[in-house]
Amino acid sequence: MEASGKAFKYGDNVDTDVIIPARYLNSSEPVVLAAHCMEDIDRDFAANARPGDIVAGLKNFGCGSSREHAPLALKASGVSCVIAKTFARIFYRNAINIGLPILECPEAAESIQNGDQISIDFETGVISNLTRNETYKAEPFPPFMREIIEAGGLVNRTRRTMGVTE
Amino acid sequence: MGMTMTQKILAAHTGLSEVKSGQLIEASVDLVLGNDVTAPVAINEFRKLGADKVFDRGKIALVPDHFTPNKDIKSAENCKLLREFAAEQEIVNYFEVGQMGIEHCLIPEKGLAAPGELIVGADSHTCTYGALGAFSTGAGSTDMACAMASGKLWFKVPSAVKFVLTGKPGRFIGGKDVILHIIGKIGVDGALYQSMEFMGEGLRHLNIDDRFTIANMAVEAGAKNGIFTVDSTTLEYINRRVNREYTVYSADEDAEYTDTIEINLSELRPTVSFPHLPDNTKTVDEAGGVSIDQVVIGSCTNGRISDLRIAASLLKGKRVHPRLRVIILPGTQDIYLRAVREGLAEIFVEAGAVFSTPTCGPCLGGHMGILAKGERALSTTNRNFVGRMGHPESEVYLCGPAVAAASALTGRITDPESV
Repeated sequence: MEASGKAFKYGDNVDTDVIIPARYLNSSEPVVLAAHCMEDIDRDFAANARPGDIVAGLKNFGCGSSREHAPLALKASGVSCVIAKTFARIFYRNAINIGLPILECPEAAESIQNGDQISIDFETGVISNLTRNETYKAEPFPPFMREIIEAGGLVNRTRRTMGVTE
Repeated sequence: MGMTMTQKILAAHTGLSEVKSGQLIEASVDLVLGNDVTAPVAINEFRKLGADKVFDRGKIALVPDHFTPNKDIKSAENCKLLREFAAEQEIVNYFEVGQMGIEHCLIPEKGLAAPGELIVGADSHTCTYGALGAFSTGAGSTDMACAMASGKLWFKVPSAVKFVLTGKPGRFIGGKDVILHIIGKIGVDGALYQSMEFMGEGLRHLNIDDRFTIANMAVEAGAKNGIFTVDSTTLEYINRRVNREYTVYSADEDAEYTDTIEINLSELRPTVSFPHLPDNTKTVDEAGGVSIDQVVIGSCTNGRISDLRIAASLLKGKRVHPRLRVIILPGTQDIYLRAVREGLAEIFVEAGAVFSTPTCGPCLGGHMGILAKGERALSTTNRNFVGRMGHPESEVYLCGPAVAAASALTGRITDPESV
């Protein structure tokens, strides 16, 4: 599995209130959430995001509210991967549970700048920055989380473990 | 190697004699919680699971509290979805408007959280019940769906930071000052992925509401959970509400902590978090009398009866500053009724404050007190992120109920000792 696109770069502590403000949480429609994704810190994100694009942040990405609407909004915006130095834990599990790839890689998170062309090989964890001609190596997922991702998210994995077959 | 309180509860719910930090486990849950924002997403995911019934209709709680009483048509549709699901699944603990409260005030009050239990909620402030010696943590809607179907959820066993509380706090120092001080000290990711374990002789000076406030904001330091040693204060609260068996766990002598932080409560000053992060703290002495437009007293952090009593003690017989909107929201119907019976409601209304029905409302910029561009609120809520309470160019300052009420009188951030 691979991904490639241009990077949107943000700083420390990107919280889920700015990823999708609560005033839009009366909806969980992906298209509605995508239309307002990041708007309080980046008014141009929704208009400029293209399928495959990458979001990079520094430490504690996705802190705050548990709203699953946040990774859903990023996914619906076409974002193929979020890279950060560290993630807040609820965002981390929500992203894995809904099948939005995320990678913890401090070196990549520091080096990637806004607009850089990035390509990612999820098998090897290698992140290539085509603009800067650099590569970074992310920690691979532990087997348990890989199992969730490979099942296509927690719902599919739970169906399997509960023996739902239809 | 010994285990922490958190690790013991996780081990017991996984059927293991021991767990270690970093271990991935699948644990049984005692309660699964959701609200009108997160549960509709969870219900959709639950349908995809192909399960007909929830794993235990007595172990699920649904609380429409965020945008209720319904603030608009879409919110009404979400609440309707919740109500219909509760009826279809015969969920025992569904709380309709009129019985509901802010979920993290309501769940303990209804006896739905007890020491040693494992509770997950599709709301980040689910960590509140750690005040009672439970392992309790926020998760997402997909987590909620899968836990409702299977009664299990995956966790990474956290390492722990130990907080030893000593000394006796001053008259106007409450749980909020303690937790804001701690977050200011360790940062918004200071306990990332970890459990915050509170103990020490200073605990006896913190009532159960103070402890709820502290555990509630553990997530604001990035923690998975906050948890308190169970003592007579806990048991006094629990034994009036919980009729089922529960287990009190305590940490082993040789439990491992990545850090030990001592907090002398007698040295704390009223504390305020400046925009736009909870760790941007100053003492009220350093706050410089910042001018404000709105005061909010309430939320899952500070909407309990002790909070309202402190606020009323400062507002009694006085009028709020004429330029201010002061909004006071009790956490539950029971707290509301007690505030009425104790005369607190009368004090608030006579002071010129709004005193209204329980709702999360303004805390997350939902309704009941949204800020315009350039406006500033001083609030007993839990987050002061960009745009949290309204316009992206508005500001939120966080504090406890004493500072909030004192400032309501002056229109500026004010030391409660000075009014």
